[in-house]
Amino acid sequence: MSQQSIYGSGPAEDSGDLEQSAGSGQVSASVQGADDILEEIDLVLEENSEAFVRSFVQKGGQ
Amino acid sequence: MSIPDDVRTAPSGPAAPTSAMTGLRTQRVMGIETELGVLHADVSARGTEPTSSIALSHLAVGAYALLAPEEGPRGQRVRWDYGDESPLRDARGFEIQRAAAHPTQLTDEVSDAHLPSVDLDAPLRSPDSPPQGDDAAILDWASQRSIGNAVLRNGARLYVDHAHPEYSSPEFTTAAEGVLWDRAGERIAQRAMEILESIPGAPAIALYKNNTDGKGASYGTHENFLLDRSVPFDRVVAALLPFFASRQILVGAGRLGLGTRGQEPGFQISSRADFFEEQVGLETTLNRPIINTRDEPHSDASRFRRLHVIIGDANLMETSTFLKLGMTSLVLAALEEEQRTGEEILPRIALEDPVRALRDFSHDPSLQATAPAAGGGRLSALQIQRAYAEAIRDRADLRDPETAEVIGTWIELLDLLEEDPRLAGDRIEWVAKLSLLESYRRRGGLEWDDARLRAIDLQLSDLRPERSLFAKLVAAGRVRTRVTPEEVERAVLEPPRSTRAHLRGRAVAAHPTAVASAGWDVLTLVAEDGASARIRLADPRVGSADWCAQHHVDPEAEPAEVVAAFRRALEPATEITP
Repeated sequence: MSQQSIYGSGPAEDSGDLEQSAGSGQVSASVQGADDILEEIDLVLEENSEAFVRSFVQKGGQ
Repeated sequence: MSIPDDVRTAPSGPAAPTSAMTGLRTQRVMGIETELGVLHADVSARGTEPTSSIALSHLAVGAYALLAPEEGPRGQRVRWDYGDESPLRDARGFEIQRAAAHPTQLTDEVSDAHLPSVDLDAPLRSPDSPPQGDDAAILDWASQRSIGNAVLRNGARLYVDHAHPEYSSPEFTTAAEGVLWDRAGERIAQRAMEILESIPGAPAIALYKNNTDGKGASYGTHENFLLDRSVPFDRVVAALLPFFASRQILVGAGRLGLGTRGQEPGFQISSRADFFEEQVGLETTLNRPIINTRDEPHSDASRFRRLHVIIGDANLMETSTFLKLGMTSLVLAALEEEQRTGEEILPRIALEDPVRALRDFSHDPSLQATAPAAGGGRLSALQIQRAYAEAIRDRADLRDPETAEVIGTWIELLDLLEEDPRLAGDRIEWVAKLSLLESYRRRGGLEWDDARLRAIDLQLSDLRPERSLFAKLVAAGRVRTRVTPEEVERAVLEPPRSTRAHLRGRAVAAHPTAVASAGWDVLTLVAEDGASARIRLADPRVGSADWCAQHHVDPEAEPAEVVAAFRRALEPATEITP
């Protein structure tokens, strides 16, 4: 299945992007905060994502 | 004063308050256990093989159990008593012979140098004294002895399960308590990391509350529900298969990557769905079934069954934990009520292939996927959940605040999901995760298999406060919380009042060295003169704060007094001889 538009063919299909689905006040508000949170994440995200993801190896459990 | 041996409690009262007159409620005896991901904090120390997971798990458990000052004298912990645990008893009424079982099923044989005494009259082993010396010396001693089990003052069990540190919450009776003592487990994991980090020479570790490494390994978050044994197990299976295949749309944690190894790019709703291969079965580590038949009630097996739910995701979102416990408990209450009255309450939905449906629903965040129903037609996860929610609402005791809140939230979130999932990002974990990944991806113009997105998926579950991305979402007010940090701190130190965890936890906190060992249904106390008594608890509500008050048992009293009080509480029952 294509996940280009990740929420797929829901009722908000034609507004594939958060910014575009401005019909709801809540969504618009959360978009405003979105950039701030992305910057916060950049600050703490493991520096070498590739190595971090590769090193995350666990034994199976229950 | 010495302690008489073999104190047994008489069964008291029914398993759960019957819903006869009042309607269905969320309350019942429940618990939630979490296996944590464990790694060296230092990425360069990790290597690419999971060889160190077992050693690191022991360090995590040993550090907290032996060195956290709030858990009692340094170097000491209360040992776990396996009680009458028999993992191979099967809810379908038969047993697998031990020799035929896969070794990883034998969880009661996980290496622990200190298998507790289980004999009533046997003298206790000589105490295993920790060395005099600094924290590093104690930790080293603990590692050599593979100390991997402890009973905590909040009534929980902290131990090494397979290759993961596991926190098994104390028993509780409401979904709200469940949230609190689940969060207490996160805080305990943080304390373990803090303690290790403070010890020179000890490896700093990172603990993750998630379910997969994205490379084929999965580890579980299990819910436990006590239910009336009179409900036929076939009926439990029939009602729960469609419910469990679909409840992920409300309580899934979300996961980047499709397939057990995340081999295909994309996002899915549940972190566990791809690891399930059977509808019903006993295994938990391979061929995982949607309905697990492990049946150890840790209580009177003639009255109770314990439903061991292995399909849930590790949730950071408090609403998710609240809902999954509350919703599932209500479905079980409906089953009990159907059995009691002979009426039909739950919808009679059967999916042709529940395992396939579980996966298809998980792989479709648009929520448009449908699964073939056994009688013809197709159903979406939304439709199935709505049918359960409405059937339960119609028979629920909505005057009970928690029941009303669970059902109200259940239906409200279904409405939001139907309208636009993005509206539910403050209370549905997979939506919060997907929204975050989507905006990060869009800002950087990244592909879905970009390592940065995978790193975000993993790091959301990092329990180190300064590293946790989920903590960033909380701090930014983007997700709702239900409990305060102060309440969580208290739940680290105190057990729930509603179950025997009250007795266990209070006794452990008051007399850590006089509690020789404890398990879910046993508590062994040692008096000053060395005499010991093992109290067996056939009903998880025996030992609750109410029960203790009624029976004049003070769990914090001297051990000999606690045992004497139990004997007095037993007397009326022992007078009746058939």
